[in-house]
Amino acid sequence: MTLTLDTACELDPRVSLRPEPFGALAYHYGNRRLVFLRHPDIVAVVRDLADHGSVRDALVARGVATERWPGFVSALESLRNSEIVRVR
Amino acid sequence: MSAETLVEQLKGGLDAPICLTWELTYACNLECIHCLSSSGRRDPRELDTPQAKAVIDELRRLQVFYVNIGGGEPMVRRDFFEIVSHAVDNGVGVKFSTNGAFIDTDAARRLAAMDYLDIQISIDGADEPTNDAVRGAGSFATARRAMDNLAASGFGPFKISVVVTRHNVAQLDAFKALADSYGAQLRITRLRPAGRGADTWHQLHPTNVQQREIHRWLLAHGENVLTGDSFFHLNAFGESLPGLNMCGAGRVVCLIDPVGDVYACPFVIHSDFRAGNVLDAGGFTRVWRESDLFRELREPQGAGACASCGAWDACQGGCMAAKFFTGLPLDGPDPECVGGDGERALASVPVALAPRPWPDHSKPARTRIPVAGQ
Repeated sequence: MTLTLDTACELDPRVSLRPEPFGALAYHYGNRRLVFLRHPDIVAVVRDLADHGSVRDALVARGVATERWPGFVSALESLRNSEIVRVR
Repeated sequence: MSAETLVEQLKGGLDAPICLTWELTYACNLECIHCLSSSGRRDPRELDTPQAKAVIDELRRLQVFYVNIGGGEPMVRRDFFEIVSHAVDNGVGVKFSTNGAFIDTDAARRLAAMDYLDIQISIDGADEPTNDAVRGAGSFATARRAMDNLAASGFGPFKISVVVTRHNVAQLDAFKALADSYGAQLRITRLRPAGRGADTWHQLHPTNVQQREIHRWLLAHGENVLTGDSFFHLNAFGESLPGLNMCGAGRVVCLIDPVGDVYACPFVIHSDFRAGNVLDAGGFTRVWRESDLFRELREPQGAGACASCGAWDACQGGCMAAKFFTGLPLDGPDPECVGGDGERALASVPVALAPRPWPDHSKPARTRIPVAGQ
């Protein structure tokens, strides 16, 4: 299943985020992967995902402009592939 | 954010390292001829258990997600399991390197029961003669026994760690096959002229023809083989290898040695690259954030003598440690520059002028005692 604006997701509970000037470092204690989140906005959205019923709601709540949504969806899809984000 | 901007930010240094190596002891049962830390004998000033735990507590506060533990042979320490448990129980994952001598069936079971733990068993040849020539008689059999024990204990995918030398380049496929046979992951890293390696590098480092072979092999297998991004100097061949193409010394990586000294990276144990000690006021955090050395390493570095070379963007001038211990200027070509500039530069450096690795914890040279009747 491809992640879309309607998907409900969350930060994987085995992941720890370390804030950095460029965004954050994400470390998955299960698969030991280290991933760079390359923008503070994507970090904020990732942290919020669990509080919203869909990716769209999380983007709206953070005030992310609609023209940036496709970029966020593909970033989240790639984070799901590294198991940083999971579908719930 | 583009990849270039990310790398620029990483070069400027982070508030805490991403990847930190911690050599727990200089004591070792082996005497590998290329040992980066010239290990052998325990240093009497070695951090004790409470000091080691305090280091872990500090790493936890800094959100250092995992630490690479090595030595020497870290399992020589009597408090090895206590230190490792303290780390993983506090969310600091551990990846430790070992020669496997102390992974008997009991230890393997104990290790298999722990979370957030990775193990790297070191071998430097895919067969006994190649390996034992570098790591000492019996070391291949010892490592294989440890691998067998880990596999039997249900530890899961461990790692097999290989330093690539002139004598094992031809065995890369064999190493991969060995790893696959255990369901293990292969890790290959670059030979550095650090520690005892300063004396053996000239005989052991891959030839330029072999470097091309390594580059091709990594392009074909890179996705499934770990390298610690240590071969980025090979990017000058053309196609870039996966990973961050930069020297991380003092920027995103560093080394804590057994006595608590903090060095810019695991390959530069030398006073010129010692930034401070974890027991100093302000601890590791202050050394990482405020030491003059690390601040200097985070300044933009010029291309120096490589400025006119078209490949500089690809190779970034290579490895600082490799240049330092072969006596080359730090703002010039890597000794293994694939364009041959390093080799030419080396020809003009008298061997005696290359800096000596220090401290040296090698065991005293043994005198062979003739046995009656032989």
